[in-house]
Amino acid sequence: MNRGPLIFLGIFLALAFSWTGIVLTNQIQYGSLTPYYDANEGKAYPDKPSGLAERGRLVYQDLGCLYCHSQQVRRPGFGGDTERGWGDRQSVARDYVYEKRVFLGTMRTGPDLRNIGARQPSVDWHFLHLFDPQLTSPGSIMAPFRFLFEYRQVIGERSPKALKLPVDYARSHGWDRSGYELVPTPRAEGLVAYLLSLKDTYEFPEAKPYVPPKQEVGSK
Amino acid sequence: MASVSSLAASLNPATPADAVARAELREIDASAKWPVIVFLLSGLVWLLVGSGFALVSSIKLHTPEFLGDYEWLTFGRARTAHLNSVVYGWSMNVAFAVAFWLMARLSRAQLRHAGVLIMAACFWNLGVTIGIIGILAGDSTSIEWLEIPPYATPLLFVAYALIGVWAVITFRFRKSEHIYVSQWYLLAALFWFPWLYSIAQIMLIFEPARGTVQALVNWWFAHNVLGLWFTPIGLAAAYYFIPKVLGKPIHSYYLSVLGFWSLAIFYNWAGVHHLIGGPVPAWVLSAGIAASLMMVIPVVVTAINHHLTMVGSFSALRYSPTLRFVVFGAVNYTLVSLTGSAMAIRSFNEITHFTHFTVAHAHQGMYAFFTMVMFGAVYYILPRILLKEWPSAALIRTHFWAAAIGVTLYWLDLSVGGWIQGSEMNNANIAFIDVVQHTIPWLFVRSVAGIVMTIGHLAFAVNIGWMLCARQPAGATAPTLFRPPPAMPVGSVP
Repeated sequence: MNRGPLIFLGIFLALAFSWTGIVLTNQIQYGSLTPYYDANEGKAYPDKPSGLAERGRLVYQDLGCLYCHSQQVRRPGFGGDTERGWGDRQSVARDYVYEKRVFLGTMRTGPDLRNIGARQPSVDWHFLHLFDPQLTSPGSIMAPFRFLFEYRQVIGERSPKALKLPVDYARSHGWDRSGYELVPTPRAEGLVAYLLSLKDTYEFPEAKPYVPPKQEVGSK
Repeated sequence: MASVSSLAASLNPATPADAVARAELREIDASAKWPVIVFLLSGLVWLLVGSGFALVSSIKLHTPEFLGDYEWLTFGRARTAHLNSVVYGWSMNVAFAVAFWLMARLSRAQLRHAGVLIMAACFWNLGVTIGIIGILAGDSTSIEWLEIPPYATPLLFVAYALIGVWAVITFRFRKSEHIYVSQWYLLAALFWFPWLYSIAQIMLIFEPARGTVQALVNWWFAHNVLGLWFTPIGLAAAYYFIPKVLGKPIHSYYLSVLGFWSLAIFYNWAGVHHLIGGPVPAWVLSAGIAASLMMVIPVVVTAINHHLTMVGSFSALRYSPTLRFVVFGAVNYTLVSLTGSAMAIRSFNEITHFTHFTVAHAHQGMYAFFTMVMFGAVYYILPRILLKEWPSAALIRTHFWAAAIGVTLYWLDLSVGGWIQGSEMNNANIAFIDVVQHTIPWLFVRSVAGIVMTIGHLAFAVNIGWMLCARQPAGATAPTLFRPPPAMPVGSVP
């Protein structure tokens, strides 16, 4: 095989094949997918993220959360996602139309977070968990994110957002200085707002909650 | 300007053809000397930096409090700094070094204006340095394999443009009639990479596509940068060095044609198997699975070609460092590719997806195959461009065994650990925290394997540093082998 131009043409066509198939065709097929307007609710889904959640998304991005947490629920019967309560239904493409950067993730060192906002709606829980995962999930191997909190002198009244550390923990870890409080930085607040915004608790015609086969469909 | 070889031939018509050819090779090696050294040494620095980040992130995964208060070293950043320093720092630099040397040698053409390449190397490494500092500072894009922040990527583009164009120019000045299989792989890789990289940058960062189309573009890029960039360069080197060291032709020319074109056609569709079960159209997943299974063809064909060339010459593995590293890589290419095809099967993927099994697989591909072949290539190339021999066979031996044992342990450990993790994760009766706890012993052994591999890298670095500083030996020298061979046939040097 000694014909340079012919080799080059083959090389070009090879990649053009998948570029057309994977990238271009899908961009045409669903690259302009729109939210779904639910006439019963009088509202379109998915919800648009709030400004604070949008800032939190950037914190999620810069800390590299997606290297341990996926954001996609596989269909019932394929893996244990719905059985684990990670979602009522499979994630579908329409769920992601507002996400400027999609964090599907490919690793589950920790659990899936697609519906963490519905599974764990407590703001306090999230702050404690970020501060030291051992507080809420003993035995976890998640990194502590203490640098997202500020240990500062109380000026006037205590902040309503101040972390409520268990007394024993605060004493043994040296966070019990009197007149001091631990408060989440704006980055931590954004991150938690983002996590709470992660919930696909609505239906699309193409994605309804899973009903186990034994149950009568009409009984709901 | 008359070259030494043509001068010798024109002065004395009786100059043996062999002597002319040797003089010509020596000139080509000399023309490639500085670009190869600059790319290689930059790669070496990144290899050590990448090993450091690897150890930090690996230890953090079983001991999360380790360096837990440093934001810039939090797992998500240290791990990403590791990936980018070993991929864009080490692997790309060493790939450039080996690709240029192979291209010049196989085209029998000198590298012209090597200064341009040295400038490209500076741009490239500046881009990677800024990129990794950016990642540590929190500017990562969090797009797998494309984390380098957008303010550093233009530097990489400029550098790559110079590099790609220069390689093609070298090819166009070829004096050889025949285009060897290694050259097809090199040309294809040099052309494919910029296409993949620019489309991915545009559709993910500069003008992002909507929703999960991003995920398809991401994995079209990330899998193809392995399959259509690192794999062809690794295979080009294996196709060159195995026959070269053994002094015999490759097993079958026909099979090498078949292997090349089947890889070109099937590999580029395979990447979407990273999204099996995900929120993307089912047809594209099915196509990706089919392509991943079709990859068995190029892999088996290449395996037959490489391994049957070795048949009858296994004793050479006892002597030649180059051959030992390259053959270790070639064997792992076969294994990793077949595992990869299996991982695309839905029932297999159901377990291995989202687990450390994939991490083991990635390291078998990028390290046990690609990096080991590159190590072998460096052991061959450096003595020829420096005109000095490797100062220490013991260090080469340390490097080989540490790297080989380390990566094998890594792969076995995380494959088993990942399989257990995946099986337990799919069983909702096992609490998630227990699944996490059960991975810890495997993650700990992974850190040990990483330390062993790093020892190998240090031996490699010391040997290279020593070689560069050593004074030019007087007179003819013998190649540094693991042990003296009984009788060396002509042409079989390390």
